[in-house]
Amino acid sequence: MSQAPLQRTGNLPDINQRNADWYIDKIVQYLVFLSGISAIVLIVGIFVFVTVEGLGFLLEDFSFKEFFLSQWWEPTDDDEPTYGILALIAGTASVTGLAMLVAIPFSLGSAIYIAEFATGKTREFLKILIELLAAVPSVVWGFIGLSIMNPLIIDIFDVPVGLNILNAGIILGLMAAPIMTSISEDALKAVPDRYREAAEALGGTRWQVIYKTVLPAAKNGLLGGVLLGVGRGFGETMAVLMATGHAINMPGSVFDSVRALTATIAAELGETAVGSPHYQALFTIGIFLFSITFIINLTADLIVRGIRKS
Amino acid sequence: MANPGIADNQFLETELNVSAKRTETLFRILFMVMAGLLILPVLIILTTLLVKGSSIISFDFLFTSPTDGMTAGGIFPALLGTVWLVGVALIISVPVGVAAAVYLSEYAPDNWFTRAINLAIINLAGVPSIVHALFGVGAFVIFFGFGTSILAASMTLAVMTLPVVIVATRESLQAVPQAFREACWNMGATRWQTIRRVVLPNSVSGILTGVILEVSRTTGETAPIMFTGAAFFIPVLPESVFDQTMALSLHLFVVSTQVPNVPEALPYGVALVLISMVLLMNSASIALRMHLRGKKKW
Repeated sequence: MSQAPLQRTGNLPDINQRNADWYIDKIVQYLVFLSGISAIVLIVGIFVFVTVEGLGFLLEDFSFKEFFLSQWWEPTDDDEPTYGILALIAGTASVTGLAMLVAIPFSLGSAIYIAEFATGKTREFLKILIELLAAVPSVVWGFIGLSIMNPLIIDIFDVPVGLNILNAGIILGLMAAPIMTSISEDALKAVPDRYREAAEALGGTRWQVIYKTVLPAAKNGLLGGVLLGVGRGFGETMAVLMATGHAINMPGSVFDSVRALTATIAAELGETAVGSPHYQALFTIGIFLFSITFIINLTADLIVRGIRKS
Repeated sequence: MANPGIADNQFLETELNVSAKRTETLFRILFMVMAGLLILPVLIILTTLLVKGSSIISFDFLFTSPTDGMTAGGIFPALLGTVWLVGVALIISVPVGVAAAVYLSEYAPDNWFTRAINLAIINLAGVPSIVHALFGVGAFVIFFGFGTSILAASMTLAVMTLPVVIVATRESLQAVPQAFREACWNMGATRWQTIRRVVLPNSVSGILTGVILEVSRTTGETAPIMFTGAAFFIPVLPESVFDQTMALSLHLFVVSTQVPNVPEALPYGVALVLISMVLLMNSASIALRMHLRGKKKW
């Protein structure tokens, strides 16, 4: 069957004509591109602005040895201010460490239960509950540490002060657990069902399937989730400020009050004069925090994406 | 037996089976208890907040100013301040976030540059809130000269919650089937016409879910606004974006740590109002998402 050649009828516009729509399309393309790169601009901007504000200290008073190896954070000392953040690092690390001890088993267990055992309505219900838990603001968690956990710890352990590593660690663990649960659950969900079917066909029980097949396959995703939890712990501010006791201490036991890096900035920035060495030292702590969390997040992302590719 | 080849106990469980089953049950219960233990303390805490805080909440509490050095009176300036902060933050972050998501979903080629953008988004979401505060002070308060104001605080909040909008919007844009776009292009529409008339209308509710989630996140943030625009106590209500303001989240911090002789119920009341707002908005976002999933046409 032969076809009649298409005939142009009427006044069809030339398809190569650059009309208003063409220009609008181009303009929009540039506008959304500008927004698209906003995340990169902001990440670089954060680093640049925080560094610029801390630069004076970094160039003059900063000594690597004192900053990282001295446990004396005495920026307001009139004669000889010292800027050592070792005790603050120890405070942040001990609280985050305890938080992970609390959060890792519980979030892994919950994630396995939600992803592999629970079904239908139960699973939906649990997922929603976990999502709501993740939404509780950190200042509310801090208030809980202050007003509920504090007297509880004093009562149970018979210690004079309930604002300590134990308090902040549990609070931070409860804060991090929901996020870690959802990331771990995603990681378990990402394991293809044919792995499970193959293992079940060999006669494995549900637990054997999980233990021998699903967990090894989801290993990287789970590790990524834990790392993100660690990053959250390092960066958490309000809850840690309110629940640690905010006392500079090299921690010896979980009942010691400590002070975190983030909390130091939050508590002292308002009292310093803009541009003073103390003010700039706080920004230097900010650079340190930014770098640490940046590395943690980057590593977590690389690990998680490593499995997606393979 | 009719089938001599099959032993009587062919389908009975061996001891190995039994013990494997027992292990399975054990772990099922263990993990169920763990999930329960994760949720239980929070339920207890919420109940405590409700019991201790609800007595103080009244119309007067919500709509009058604090009095007697913040040991009595209401929380109205803080409530209003939070609305200002969140509102201005939304005006800034939603257009930028949605446009960024449109770029990533509709325009971006799959190359190293796009991967760098995605990495930046992930990292932006992971920057500690206090570092955002330092950025806000360095950039908005000092460099751009906004001073400590609602504008500076809201911009800091906007930067902080931008990843939430981008990720939620990108997800709902990508959920629109490719065939919709192709059909539209075949009609001779430009890329922008396609996005404007087909892609965005089909994903607007998904975007809304993300925006509500962002509002909830922004409401609870404290550290980023402490030095950029929120103040402990201000006797007058804010009139423009260049004023300082009180904020609900900071107010909770202040009445529970900085002010002496506060009656016990007061901080519980503030915490209850704050957490109710956050959880209500989160629930709304979840409900909307489930509703959408239920009625999806494709």
